[in-house]
Amino acid sequence: MTAVVPAVRAVVRDRAAFWTYRRRDNLVGYLFVAPALLGSLAFVLIPLGLVAWYSLNEWNVLGGTFEFIGAENYQQLLNDEKLRSSLVATAWFAAGLVVLNLSLALLLAVLLNQKLRGTTLFRTLFFSPVLVSLVAWTLVWQLMLQPEGSVNGLLGFFGVDGPNWLRGDTTAMVSVIVVQVIKNVGLNMVLFLAALQGVPAPLYEAAKIDGAGAWTRFRRITIPLISPTILLTSIITIVGSLQVFAQIAVLTQGGPGTSTTVLIYYLYQQAFQFHHFGYGATISVLLFVIVAALTLLQWRMRRKWVLHES
Amino acid sequence: MSRKVLLYGLLCLLCVPFVFPTWWMVTSSMKPISEIFSESLLPSQWTFSTYEQVFRMQPFGQQYWNSLYIAVIVTVGTMAVAALAGYAFARIRFPGQNVLFVVVLTGLLIPSEVTIVPLFQLFQSLGLTNTHWPLIIVPIFGAPCVLAIFIMRQFFIALPPELEEAARMDGLGRAGIFYRVALPLARPALGAVAIFTFLHSWNLYLEPIVYLSTPDMFTLPQALTQFVDIYGGPMWNVQLAAATMTAVPILIVFVLAQRQFIEGLAHTGVKG
Repeated sequence: MTAVVPAVRAVVRDRAAFWTYRRRDNLVGYLFVAPALLGSLAFVLIPLGLVAWYSLNEWNVLGGTFEFIGAENYQQLLNDEKLRSSLVATAWFAAGLVVLNLSLALLLAVLLNQKLRGTTLFRTLFFSPVLVSLVAWTLVWQLMLQPEGSVNGLLGFFGVDGPNWLRGDTTAMVSVIVVQVIKNVGLNMVLFLAALQGVPAPLYEAAKIDGAGAWTRFRRITIPLISPTILLTSIITIVGSLQVFAQIAVLTQGGPGTSTTVLIYYLYQQAFQFHHFGYGATISVLLFVIVAALTLLQWRMRRKWVLHES
Repeated sequence: MSRKVLLYGLLCLLCVPFVFPTWWMVTSSMKPISEIFSESLLPSQWTFSTYEQVFRMQPFGQQYWNSLYIAVIVTVGTMAVAALAGYAFARIRFPGQNVLFVVVLTGLLIPSEVTIVPLFQLFQSLGLTNTHWPLIIVPIFGAPCVLAIFIMRQFFIALPPELEEAARMDGLGRAGIFYRVALPLARPALGAVAIFTFLHSWNLYLEPIVYLSTPDMFTLPQALTQFVDIYGGPMWNVQLAAATMTAVPILIVFVLAQRQFIEGLAHTGVKG
């Protein structure tokens, strides 16, 4: 790069220095963002446009048919009983995941933030599942959640007769959520821990002198001061929860019945198992709208409850 | 004192679901299949034949290599693309900058499953299905890179401008400032990007099962689900041996470097 600039300058010298510092800077700026921008065009925006177009067509890959049908797929969307149950499953999954993940992450972070020996060891242990490959982790839990598996073995130890976790509607959903939370809660825990360590200690001292109890200090000082981190983690976790595919594919295949068929798994079934690419594209559009709306909503809400957000 | 005991007790209890699965995976991979569902914490007789079987049933070494080299290329490529774009969006003023940034950011909103049908069409028309190209190109330049760009931008924005002024006085051009001044300072952010990216590529599951069709091209997550006997029943202890081999090397690297690892991630989180 640096070698090119003097050469360029030599060529254009007599045209009153066209390549001013400003213009060269612009050029470098465009060159630097070019790979990311072209990539976004080719692999994000154009595909997204194509998905919108496909959703207006009847496209059966096996039958080899591709025909414009206007809004018919969207009409099917409105009348699709399975889609409705899939949206309900998605909502339960996302809500359960976010609530459990954030509260457990905060609890672990608060525990590890105490002045205690050995917290580094515990931090490492809580974080370790993040690094176990996702499918390996899910396979292990699939075996442990069998009726005669270790989870029920442990429960039997306390005299509890455990259910067949992956075969009951509610227990399957609970299992998928818990397995996912334990896998990933370490990430949010680390972010919360860093945020907690950034809260100035004198604030707690002052509140203590004013007679505030532990819970009041937590609610009135800790929560407001770490609210930017809560926002960040909740956005990442909610958007992430809508993309949970491998866990469901391995643990329950959407079952029993359709009780854990979240939107992304339904999309996969329609497009790649039933080969309805057109209808699959319609579900994709719906998924995109949901993710975009949720992100926007949270971004708007930040002014209300996030402290010091400009 | 009693408060301390209570805290330790609580931490140990909470640890169980985090540690036990890994322990169970490793020990059960050395159990005979009849003992998989026994309550014992250790195998009654240790067997390593499951590990041989992993390699006999699938080209597991090849699959391991596939996952590893794809993840390494994706990580290095993403670091390059994200550092360049993140720097330009943070430090260089050029017309249309904000619009372009928003254009790139839309990638954050799009789950990769949404665009997988058109992308599959694209790579099929290029004759690149059942190759590793889609698993390399799309993450480096497409949606998965956007988070990395965002992290790099947040880092470069916080860099004091005086550093760049001084370098400019010394006659460095923009590219020189980026390469010699800004990039070396960005090591923590690059580290975080590398960790995120590597794990993302290493865990990729939907994309491989959509694009790849022959066992010697498979990546690890895909291969793990394929250990079945001739009747299609899963061979659990062999699966667990394969799973152990995918998980344990990464866990060892993590334990050795856990301080840099966690603190690098945490740092980025605060700034992000």
